[in-house]
Formats: sequence, structure tokens, C-alpha cells
Amino acid sequence: MSFVVDEVQPVGVLVAWAVRESLRRRVFVIVALLTVAFIVLYALGCHVAFREVHTIVGPNGISGHEFAGATLGGLAMFAILFLGSVLAAFLTLSTVRGDAENGLLQPLVVRPVGRAQVLFARWLAAALVCTAYVAIVYAAVLIVLHTTGDWSPDRIVGPGALLAASVSMLAALCILGSVAFTATANGIATFMVLGSGLFAGLLGQVGHGIGNRSLEHAAHVVSWVLPFEALYQYALSLTTADQVGLTRFLIRLGPLGGGEPGGPWLIPYAVLYLVAVAFVAMTFTARRDL
Amino acid sequence: MQVFGASAGSRAARRSIGYLSETFRYPAWCTGNELLTLHQRLAGSDGGAAERTRLLDLVGLPDAANIRVDEMSKGMQQRLGLAQSLVGHPRLLLLDEPTSALDPVGRRLVRDVLSDLRSSGVAVLLNSHLLSEVELVCDRVVIIRAGQVVTEGAPHDLSRPRGVRVETDAGSRVLDGVGRDDVPALVAKLVADGEQVYAVTPLRSTLEEVYLEAVGGETK
Repeated sequence: MSFVVDEVQPVGVLVAWAVRESLRRRVFVIVALLTVAFIVLYALGCHVAFREVHTIVGPNGISGHEFAGATLGGLAMFAILFLGSVLAAFLTLSTVRGDAENGLLQPLVVRPVGRAQVLFARWLAAALVCTAYVAIVYAAVLIVLHTTGDWSPDRIVGPGALLAASVSMLAALCILGSVAFTATANGIATFMVLGSGLFAGLLGQVGHGIGNRSLEHAAHVVSWVLPFEALYQYALSLTTADQVGLTRFLIRLGPLGGGEPGGPWLIPYAVLYLVAVAFVAMTFTARRDL
Repeated sequence: MQVFGASAGSRAARRSIGYLSETFRYPAWCTGNELLTLHQRLAGSDGGAAERTRLLDLVGLPDAANIRVDEMSKGMQQRLGLAQSLVGHPRLLLLDEPTSALDPVGRRLVRDVLSDLRSSGVAVLLNSHLLSEVELVCDRVVIIRAGQVVTEGAPHDLSRPRGVRVETDAGSRVLDGVGRDDVPALVAKLVADGEQVYAVTPLRSTLEEVYLEAVGGETK
């Protein structure tokens, strides 16, 4: 009972507070408007693309319809990752240093609440909001792809869940960055980390296309150093998991980073990575003079 | 170090503490009511709406319950901060420059609140550079320089007599070296000398002078 009162209850209170804050900050309105604009443009693009590709017969047994669907689906996956990352970063970029400098953190940590609980609650709230956001946009994309091109990914739930996990991991990295950096610096750093991961994915894609093992290996290493990229690649690969042959090869090239099956160790590794990030963030926050 | 029997920094100790930071700031999107509700939940207070209403009344913000923080003036936000610090009936109140954003009316209100708290047995630790405020409300003063206590005591004990101010028909003047006990003889002499005496005021050094003396006259 004491554990619930001391540990769980404050986290619940702070999560509810942070979720409410997320929904009432102006950035959420901006992200929502951008998302609506994206969905509208995306639906228009899909309508035109599927109409054009319908008349094209690909060589060597390539399914033009499948290729267009996978490409458009991959584009949407990238857009969801990017928009979700923007949301995750803006919700968490000032969690420690930024909020401490603004005087927002001190009134909370003086209460009988641990600093670790504050961090965990902020991450959990961001993860919940981002997961809901990813789920909604992903569902909208699936509806658009189905209605405009009668195309659906080979796996439905897995890619969305992995995208949400990827964005949630980026939120954790952003909170870790907030321990050391000011809000502005942390925002820049977070997007540089996101860009590094995606760029490494693109390099791997190039390596795959030209058969360069070194590039593919480098991209593979980066995807494990920054597992949100590996989760994203895994999500991409699941959307076309049942494709074979040349179609599979071309689809794997992807529009913005290729799909790559994660293997059995990716999820446990991602969980351990998250725990390590949490441990480092909590350790340094506990020592920080607010 | 212990706070009301609990180790300082522990959650048990923090349950007894209210705190208003010098760099007070609250989320722009929330209302006064929402902010106080959050702190009630974190502090484990079961005061509910009655406590929120009482605290907002106490700090002179009876109509602020549904006003967003970003619609409040800096002074209103500092008053809200004081209300926040009082959630859950703290036994120890830590206030860091609690009147820095307040007008004279607000400062008087805070003084009155602190006096009431003192009367009800709440220990208040007031950190301030407004020494005139400190002089008015504090029972005990500690002057710290570079993290070291350089002097401490009751304001009256820290100050020293520094003569009397005499107002007569010849004008006003300060007589050094004259103490309170010397005043009757001084008045008698002035009257005997044919001066019209309107007032004689014993002077003591102010807390600001005590502070300057304690820190060696440096302003840092």
C-alpha cells in the first residue's frame, strides 16, 4: 500500500498532468494542422499515383501496383516517424534543464516526489501521446492506401507498433539530452540524432542497391547504436514482408531508407537500451543542482 | 540534518515543507485551480475545493481560479506561487524572494500572511535581499556571505544605538553618543536652553547597515 502511495500515485498524477499539458500546448495544434495537411496531400498523391500505375505493366514480373503501394506506404511511414518525432521532441526537449532554468521544475521536485518519478512520468506521458498520435495517423494512412489503391501492407499492427516504439525511444533520448542541454540546444541535438539515424539508413539503402557490404555494415551498426532507426527499418520491412523476387529487392530499397527485418534480438535490445537511457538520465538528474 | 524528525531531503520531510522559488514560473496553459489541484494531489492534501478557495482568497486572488497563468500578471503569478506553497498545511515554509514581483499592496499582503502563519506555529524561512521587509517580519536573521554564516540573531539584537534625532524650533539634528536613557536629561537641557522641542527619536542601525558591516561593506 505504501509503495502505491509513494511511488505509483505520484507518477499517475504527473502522467495525467503531462498528458493534459501535451494536449493544451500550442505545439499540439500546430502538429495536428500539419498532420491534416499531410493526410490531405497524401490522399491526393496516392489517388494520382495509383491511377497512373494502374496502366503500367512492369518488366520481369514486377508488380507495379505492389511497388507503388509499398513506395507510398514507405513514404507515409517516414512522414509518420518525422511528425511523431517532432511531437516527441517538443514535448520533452525542456524536461530537466530547460524547465529548471524556467523555474517550472522546482515546485514539483520539492513535493514528496522523486526526480526519477518526474522523469519517468514525463517520458510515459510523451510516449502515450505520441503512440496515440502515431496510431491515428497510421490508421488514416491505411485507410487512404486502401481506398485510393486497394493496397494494404502485409502486416497491419506490427509496423504501427514499431513506429510508436521508435518515436517513444526518441522521446527518451530527448529527455536524456534535456539533462545536459538547454531546450533549444536539445531540440537541435535531437533532430541531428534523428537525421543521423535516417541518413545511416539511406546509406545502407545505397549499399544494398550497389552491393557495397561496407556501407550496409556501417548502416547496420548505426541502427543498433540508435535503435529507433532499427525499429523504423523493421516496421518498413513488415509492410512488405510477404513480397518475393525482384519486387522484394526494389521495395527493400524504399523511398527514404530501406526496410530491414529486426531479428529476434531487436525488441529485447531496444528495451534494454531504453532502460540504460533511463538509468543514465535519472543518475545525472539526481546529481544535478536545480 | 532532520526536518520534523525526518531526514532532510526524504519524502517524509518534504511532506512537511512548502516552497516558493525565486524563479517561480508555472505552466502557461493551466488555470490557478488546476495548478493548486496538481499540488494538492502531489502533497497528498485532501483539502479539495475548499482549500483551493481559501488559499486563493488568502493571497488576494479570489477570482483567479479559472484564469490561465499566461493571462496573469507577474505579481499575480507570484501570489499564486505563494498559494501553491501553502497547499497541504506545511509546517515549514521556504520562501525565496517572495515579494520580488509584488507592488506595495502585495508586499503588505505577504507580510500579513507571514505574520498569520507565524502566529499559527508555521516556521517560515524567508530568503530575501529586501532587508526592510526582513526587518519587519522576521524574528531571527542570518546573514550569509559566500556560503558562510557571518552573523545571526534577532533584528533588534543585531542593530546598535546610534544617537538620537532631535527636532526643535531650530531644526532637526542627530546627536551621536546619546542613548535612550539619556533622553529625559537631554530634553530638560534643551528646554532650559530655550529651545522648543517637538520630537526626540532614539536611532538604531538598520538591518542594511548591519548587513554592510557584516559583509565588509562589499555589495557582492
